[in-house]
Amino acid sequence: MADYQNIFTQVQVRGHTDYGVTEGTNSEPRYNLTATSHLLGRIGDAQLGPLYLGWSGVASLICGFIAIEIIGLNMWASVGWDPIRFFGQLPWLSLDAPLPEHGLKLFMPLNEGGWWLMAGMFLTASILLWWVRSYRRAVSLGMGTHVCWAFAAAIWLYLVLGLIRPVMMGSWSEAVPFGIFTHLDWTNNLSLVYGNFFYNPFHMLSIVFLYGSALLFAMHGATILAVGRYGGEREIEQITDRGTASERAALFWRWTMGFNASMESIHRWAWWFAILCPITGGIGVLLTGTVVDNWFLWGADNGFARF
Amino acid sequence: MALLNFERKYRIRGGTLVGGDMFDFWIGPFYVGFFGVTALFFAFLGTALILLGASMEGTWNPWLISIDPPPIEYGLQLAPMADGGIWQLVTICAIGAFGSWALREVEISRKLGMGLHVPIAFGVAVFAYVTLVVIRPFLMGAWGHGFPYGIMSHLDWVSNVGYSYGNFHYNPAHMVAITFFFTTTLALSMHGGLVLSAVNPGRGKTVKTPEHENVFFRDFIGYSVGTLGIHRLGLFLALSAGIWSAICIVISGPLYEGSWIDWWDGWKNLAIWRV
Repeated sequence: MADYQNIFTQVQVRGHTDYGVTEGTNSEPRYNLTATSHLLGRIGDAQLGPLYLGWSGVASLICGFIAIEIIGLNMWASVGWDPIRFFGQLPWLSLDAPLPEHGLKLFMPLNEGGWWLMAGMFLTASILLWWVRSYRRAVSLGMGTHVCWAFAAAIWLYLVLGLIRPVMMGSWSEAVPFGIFTHLDWTNNLSLVYGNFFYNPFHMLSIVFLYGSALLFAMHGATILAVGRYGGEREIEQITDRGTASERAALFWRWTMGFNASMESIHRWAWWFAILCPITGGIGVLLTGTVVDNWFLWGADNGFARF
Repeated sequence: MALLNFERKYRIRGGTLVGGDMFDFWIGPFYVGFFGVTALFFAFLGTALILLGASMEGTWNPWLISIDPPPIEYGLQLAPMADGGIWQLVTICAIGAFGSWALREVEISRKLGMGLHVPIAFGVAVFAYVTLVVIRPFLMGAWGHGFPYGIMSHLDWVSNVGYSYGNFHYNPAHMVAITFFFTTTLALSMHGGLVLSAVNPGRGKTVKTPEHENVFFRDFIGYSVGTLGIHRLGLFLALSAGIWSAICIVISGPLYEGSWIDWWDGWKNLAIWRV
């Protein structure tokens, strides 16, 4: 039955590999590394690749590789280089942030935070270079830079957690450790130390946008699939020349809740909801400990917390 | 009034599940239908009950109004109005309103010749709510295990229930749910951004095509899921977030009563690496 609800692609056509548009681009060549996957083709495009590297991509991958090596080898060393124990204890292993006595020093013993600082530097470089890549790809294809700025919103939250807030607090030890359970513990402790994060209004907003994003994507994805028989997934065509798919999709929501987006504006709602999640979250973290010491007491002062 | 310029030709009779043509009309932009009437009934009654509860509680601060479930001692009985009965009635009204809303969406989908994806997706959200206030309390033997209806009070409930199982971050289903929430938001930002970047390339430039969208993502990360696939993927991610949220709470209590931190001892003691 699912086959008839536009959930799976039933017939896959295999032609030549699509190497993509090249008009007007002055970039390095794409690597002719392509493959097709039947399983991917069941839900989306079957083609993997071709790959584009470019200088920023190569530099980003190298930096990312170094960061992961530093983190992974530190974890492995912490179990005496025993590969079995490495996997057995992996969820608990961690490369911790520098000790508090080192403050914001850039040079410290490797085992007291030096490795952490180095891993963080390389990871940050890798992420920023990947951002450069997202920007350059968009520009050389003659497209807008909306994806890059959405990525930048996520980078903002990452930088608040690992760089901006630790600098404002005067110690690298405030930053997040690299580890599965340890980063969860860090999150939990931040809430406990600063008096319950649920009373932080920016945390509230961030959660609203997180859940709102899931709501919007469920609404949007379901709407487009539901008008699939009218070609609803051809969104660019529907935006530039409104067809019956767009009209039915709009009327569905107008009749349901009295309000509708257009085929273009739904993507603006989507973009804003998604980027406001890390933007407000970053503000909430940045204010914690720097401006507000206890969110519960702050809530009591402002009339929404009850003892 | 309130008619879009292309709307008239779509306003035709038919598609109803119940009531034939009796409620087959619009008020302003809203479609009514039999389930519009029932949704309105439950929504009004539920809202009135919340206002009644607030007046009995004595605060009109919107952050602090809270309609609490009955104390645990009442088990699965009906409770007196002032002692959780209002919560029970509000829960019935909420389920009635959400169910009516979903069925109203079915009627609208049928009228517009659309698939039923939206009402089914909404059904997943309703299911997550029912898990919290009916299924889990029922499995634990007391309505008192439902969450209170209030802005700050429901946050306190989440916090308290989380810590009563040690640390909810260690709940594996909670990890999966959060991962789906974050991934949904990531995918939504990329989809929204990609479409906007194709149709808003900058002043004086030509609007781009789905081929450009594909090439951007293949260049960027080596794969483009395509215009149809992204909506399947997005719906799957969003619904998975809701489903795993329901799972992570319904296993806490009915299936597992200890600390989620200790649950991971099982992993530590797996035969391959136990020492």
